[in-house]
Amino acid sequence: MDALRASELPVALGNGADEWSPDLQLPHSMWEIFGSMDDVAGDALALAFAQKHCAAGGEGWRWLWVQDARSTRSSGRPFLHGLPPPLRSGFIHVEAGSAADALWAMEEGVRCGELSFVIGEIVGDPKVLDFTAIRRLVLAAERNGVMLYLLRREGFANLSAARLRWRVTAAPSALHRWNSMAPGVPRVRAELFRGRGLRPGQFWLEHGVGSHEPDHSLLVVPDLRDRPVEPDYRATG
Amino acid sequence: MWFPTFAIDRWSRITAQQGEEDDLRQPIVLVSDTAHGPVIDAVSRMAMAAGAQSGMRLADARMLAPELVAIPFDHEGNQRTLGKLALATQRWGPWSMVDGYDGILLDSSGSAHLFGGDGPMLTRIETFFLRQGYQCRIACAPNSGAAWALSHYAENRSAITMPDDLPEALAPLPVAALRLNSETRLLLARLGLKTVGDLMEVPRESLVRRFRNRRSAEANPLVRLDQVLGRKHEPLVPLIEHPPFGAERRLAEPILHLEPLQHIVGDITHDLMRILEQAKHGVRRLSLRLWRVDGEDMYRTLELASPSRDPDHIIRLFVQRLDDVEAGFGIDQIRLTAIWTEPLDGAQDTLDKLDTSGTALPVLIDRLVTRLGRDRVAQFVPRSSHWPERSQRVAAPGKTSAAVQYDLGFNQRPLKLLARAEPISVIYATPEGLPRRFRWRGGLHVIVKAEGPERIAPEWWRQRANARLRDYYRIEDEAGRRYWIYRNGLIGDGRGGPPDWYLHGFFA
Repeated sequence: MDALRASELPVALGNGADEWSPDLQLPHSMWEIFGSMDDVAGDALALAFAQKHCAAGGEGWRWLWVQDARSTRSSGRPFLHGLPPPLRSGFIHVEAGSAADALWAMEEGVRCGELSFVIGEIVGDPKVLDFTAIRRLVLAAERNGVMLYLLRREGFANLSAARLRWRVTAAPSALHRWNSMAPGVPRVRAELFRGRGLRPGQFWLEHGVGSHEPDHSLLVVPDLRDRPVEPDYRATG
Repeated sequence: MWFPTFAIDRWSRITAQQGEEDDLRQPIVLVSDTAHGPVIDAVSRMAMAAGAQSGMRLADARMLAPELVAIPFDHEGNQRTLGKLALATQRWGPWSMVDGYDGILLDSSGSAHLFGGDGPMLTRIETFFLRQGYQCRIACAPNSGAAWALSHYAENRSAITMPDDLPEALAPLPVAALRLNSETRLLLARLGLKTVGDLMEVPRESLVRRFRNRRSAEANPLVRLDQVLGRKHEPLVPLIEHPPFGAERRLAEPILHLEPLQHIVGDITHDLMRILEQAKHGVRRLSLRLWRVDGEDMYRTLELASPSRDPDHIIRLFVQRLDDVEAGFGIDQIRLTAIWTEPLDGAQDTLDKLDTSGTALPVLIDRLVTRLGRDRVAQFVPRSSHWPERSQRVAAPGKTSAAVQYDLGFNQRPLKLLARAEPISVIYATPEGLPRRFRWRGGLHVIVKAEGPERIAPEWWRQRANARLRDYYRIEDEAGRRYWIYRNGLIGDGRGGPPDWYLHGFFA
C-alpha cells in the first residue's frame, strides 16, 4: 500500500530527507492543519501558504472557504476587511450545516479548475471524516491541481492520507515597528509532524496576513531568543 | 375598446379579491404625487357624487368632501394589466395593442364572422369585460381613429363596417373626438368649429393653409380628419406575446418510480435546451411542474448562477431535487418551463486559452446552491458602515461587483469575526483602561500586548438612541493569541449600567 502510494507521487517531491521551507514548491495537494478552537493561527497560516504557493487566475484570486456549522459558531465568519487585500474580492463563503456537507462542498471545490485554492474548516472528529474521506479529497485535489487546506479545530490526528500535516499554535508576535506595546507582525509555531518526502520539524513562521506590512510574505523566523530582551534593553536606555 | 373607469375598476377588483369589501363603500379617489401636491387621477362613483373630479388637487377636493379616501394611483400596475387585457383580446382578432392609459385597439378584420358578425362580437367583448369587472365602451370602425372617436363620444354602441357610413356617423361628434391636444381644441372652439361635421364642411384648402405649420398629428385637425375618414394611413404597433420557452410530456401510463421520472426529466431538458439553442438563449431560472393522476401538482424550481443551456448540468441539478417527489398514484404530465432566460450566443474557444481542468465556476456555484441552499453560499461585499457587523454584507456569488471601497486600512481588522460578540468576564481592570486579565470560554488570558482604544461610535442615523459606543482593543495574550475585544459603553454615559466587555474577533 505504501509503495503504491509512493509510486503515484510526482518525482519532484523530494528524496525523503528534505527540510521543508516556505520556498519549496510542492505539487498541489491537500494539507491538514490542526489548530485550536480559540485562535485563528491555522487559518492565517493557510492563507499565507496559499498566497505563497498558489497562483492567481486570470481575474485575480478565486477561492472557496467552506465552514461547517460548529466552526462558524466557535470561530466566526471571515471578515472581509481583515483578509489580505488581494484575496478580498474573489472568495466564496460556504456555510455547510454538517461535516458531511462541508466535505462534499470541499470536494466539489477542488474539482473546479477555476479556483486557486480551497480552505475547509471542520471542528472535532466527525465520523464522516475518516481515512477514506480524506483520501478522496487528496485524490480529487491532486487530479485537478487545486490546493486544499483542511483546518481541523480540536481534531485528533488519526491516520490520514494528507500529504503534509501541521500542528499550529499561536506564538508571540514580532515587535511592532513603532509601538512596542502593540502586537506586531503575527507569528505562529508550526510543527510539521508528517510530511511525505519531508523531514518533520518545528518552525517559527512569520507571515504578513492581517498586518499592515503589504509585501510581507511567509518566512521562517530563525530564533526567538533575543526578542524579549529588546523592550528591557530600551527601558534601561 | 375604451375603459372609462379603468383605474377605479382595477382597484375595486383587487380590493374585492382581497376580501376588504368595507373599503368599496367609501368614496375613493386615486391620487398621484406631483410638484404641487397630490392630484386626483381617478374618482369612484361615490366620490364623484361628493364632488371630486379627476384632475383636481386632493386638497381642493377635500374642501368639498372631507370624507374622501385617497389611495395612490398604480400607474405601472394599470399599464401591466392593460397589456394583459390586450393580449386576452387576441382571442377575437389576430392582433391588438394598448392605446394610451385606458384603451385597447383590436384588429378584427376578417374574424368578426366567426363570432356572428360585428354587433354580436361587440356584445360578447363587452360582456366579457363586464364579467371581469371592467366598464367598457366599445366601437367598431374601418380604422382605429374612427373606432377611438366612436367609442369615446358616440351616444350608442356603434359598429360601422363600410367606410362610406363614416362621415355620417362622425359628424355629430365633438372635435375632441379627433384626438387633438388642448391647444388646438381651444383654437377650434374659438373659430366656432364645435363638431367634426363643422370641420368637414370647411373647404380643405383653407384648413391646409390655416394649419400649414403644424406637423404633429394631434395639433393638425386636417391630418386627424384624414386619418378618421380613412384617407390617411395610421401606422400601429401590435403587441406580441413572448410565451416562455417550455417543453412538456404527457404520459399514457402514469409513472410511479424515480428512475423513469429522472429519465423523462432528462428527455424534456434536452428538448428545452434544443429550443433554447435555436433561440440563442440561455436559461437562468427553470420551473419543473409535475401533475399527478389525482390532479395534485408539484413544483421544483432551479436557479442558475449564469445563463446556461448545458443539459447535463441541469439534469444533474434536478435529479437531486427529485428525491422527495411523492408520486402517489402516478405522475402523468411533466412540464419544464424556462421562466427567466438571457441571450446566450455560442462562444468560440481561443487557442491560447488556459488549460483549466475540472468544472467551471458557475457550475460549481449552481451545485453548491442547489444542495446547500441559497443563503449558505455567499460572496462578501463591503458596505459603507463603521459598525463592524454591518461593514460587510452577503451577496449572491458569481457576480463580480464593480469597484468597491474597502476599509481604508487605518486600523487593523481581525481575520474572523464572531457573529455575536461573546461576553468576557474581566478579572482585573482599571475602571477606564483595558483589563489585565480576562476569562473567556473557561480559560484565563493574561494580556501581554495591547493597542487601543479605537473608538467606534454607534451610527445615530441607523441605531437606537441608547446604543453605546465601543472602545476596541487589539490585544495579545501570553500564549500569542490575538483578539479583538471591546468595552461596550463608558462609565456614566447614561445608557445603562457599568460597561461590560466583549470578545468580537480573532486576529491572525
